[in-house]
Amino acid sequence: MSVQVENLVRHAPGSTRRLLDDVSLTVPTGAFVALVGPSGAGKTTLLRAIAGLDTFEHGTLLLDGQGMGSMRDRARKIGFVFQNYALFPHMTVARNIAFGLDVLPRSERPTRSASAARVQDLLELMQIPDAGPSYPARLSGGQRQRVALARALATGPKLLLLDEPFGALDPIVRRSIRTWLKALHERLGLTTILVTHDQDEAVEIADRIVVMQGGRIVQDATPEVLNQNPQTAFVMEFLGEASSFSGTVRDGLMVPDEAGVLPFPVAASVSPGPVTAMLRPYEIQVRPGVEGGPAVVFSADGARNGYRHYKAHLADRLIPFWVPDYAGNPVEGQASGLLDISRARLFREGQRCG
Amino acid sequence: MRRYALWAATWGLIALVLLMPPAVVVAEALKNGLAPALASFSDPDGQAAIWLTLEVTVVSVLLNTVFGVLAAWVLTKYRFSGRSALLVLVELPLSISPVVSGLVWLLLFGAQGWWGPALERAGVHIAFAVPGIMLATVFVTLPYVVRTLVPLMEQQGRDAEEAAMLAGAGFWNILWRVTLPGARVALFSGILLTTARAMGEFGAVSVVSGHIPGLTETMPLHIESLYNGYQTVAAFTMAALLAGMAMMAVLLRSAPEYLARWKEKQA
Repeated sequence: MSVQVENLVRHAPGSTRRLLDDVSLTVPTGAFVALVGPSGAGKTTLLRAIAGLDTFEHGTLLLDGQGMGSMRDRARKIGFVFQNYALFPHMTVARNIAFGLDVLPRSERPTRSASAARVQDLLELMQIPDAGPSYPARLSGGQRQRVALARALATGPKLLLLDEPFGALDPIVRRSIRTWLKALHERLGLTTILVTHDQDEAVEIADRIVVMQGGRIVQDATPEVLNQNPQTAFVMEFLGEASSFSGTVRDGLMVPDEAGVLPFPVAASVSPGPVTAMLRPYEIQVRPGVEGGPAVVFSADGARNGYRHYKAHLADRLIPFWVPDYAGNPVEGQASGLLDISRARLFREGQRCG
Repeated sequence: MRRYALWAATWGLIALVLLMPPAVVVAEALKNGLAPALASFSDPDGQAAIWLTLEVTVVSVLLNTVFGVLAAWVLTKYRFSGRSALLVLVELPLSISPVVSGLVWLLLFGAQGWWGPALERAGVHIAFAVPGIMLATVFVTLPYVVRTLVPLMEQQGRDAEEAAMLAGAGFWNILWRVTLPGARVALFSGILLTTARAMGEFGAVSVVSGHIPGLTETMPLHIESLYNGYQTVAAFTMAALLAGMAMMAVLLRSAPEYLARWKEKQA
């Protein structure tokens, strides 16, 4: 099911502050989209608006090209998983899952045995076949997560909305449920929108990432594009560790302000003036220093995930940089040198300029 | 040693303050033996008082349960201006003296009251009649269901209801299947508190009732009449019955917990 959001505006209740500020987003059928951003960016607000839980002042919202219709129609199309699962504590897991079937009008309600069979199918799909008779209070976080998902899927929705679904899980369960959810999405042919504040999670699971900030969409792209071409300094920083260097562009060269950082050529499209260069620790390279010239001291900082970590001691700050971890790597045995940041992206007033 | 002293002090205090009064009432009722005590129930005025009390209790509990659920729903699920004022207002019957609550109804519906004469001409009797007693009791017992439900529903938040809504449930389905079952322990507790209070209400009822034996005397009023008429055995028998009924209601309150524990053991 495709979702089309056009120019959505929602104000905070009783004020003119915009929780959603002219947000437009198109999610094609079968896509797995992650909404990411810091707290208060409007991710959950947008998700709730799509679900129809909150109203909005301006804009249109189309599901498969059509208006939203009544809550009951929407319930059949949308499955929603809440941040804290919102299971019904007084019902068994089986009754929780069957809830959406139990409240159907009598003419559409499946028979008792059909409903029980559906619940069992879902429990098996969720890999918790024996959980049916237990109460939610007896389940672990990961199991509750799965029950909430099964409940959301019971009426066979084509659109799945997940609000920080992994927030309360421990890292190992988190990782396994992530992969499993992705597989489930493919298998059931769902369209999925996931809200998370964890960019690693988003990169791993989604095929499109929508970065939000202050009620606006800052960038909407695949994880690869987002990493290669962040549109703003915020996106660059949000997606992972990044170092920034201020400097000035003149005569086709970016000249960093700090000593020990090498100037590098920039595209002709970059107009002269002050810029900020940003890059990730693994994009920083080192070059040998010249005799008598400025040099930056390096110190080792351990090894992680196949990278040797170092810190470069600039005049008044430390810059982390990583090089692939193998014997005889260029930095090993080199106590000082110069930093080559030519792989940096350039930003001016927070916006990408080269 | 100190623990035992504390234990003894606690139980001593409970025995003195909570257990002794009902025990004394029962002892006083039975001081001439069981037969005279039971015989006092054959008094038609006494029977009328028991029936009236039951009627008033059933009506107040029904009305206040419905009102309490709706009020708690509105107070916890919506944010509107005047909400906190309303929360305080709901407690008014708890804080003002029952005599005052009774007087209000007399002022409104009594022969010299605002609307009394007009209603009297239309043939509607409220003051010194059963409807007045019911009004007074409903007013006095109004806060209990609301006050037990509001904190629980507040703490539950809207998530479960939103989940139900997104599963396709309508308003009544949500209320019956999600909200009320989720709050059932508090609701039950509120209903039983209402029951106990409705049965025992004296002050407000006393003002509006007019003490007409056999017609407008509830059990507490009848007990007072009997006692003032030196019919000690009958008074204390009635008192023992009333105390027993109220205690049943309060004991029932803890029934859901025992039931849940028992179910847990079975599972």
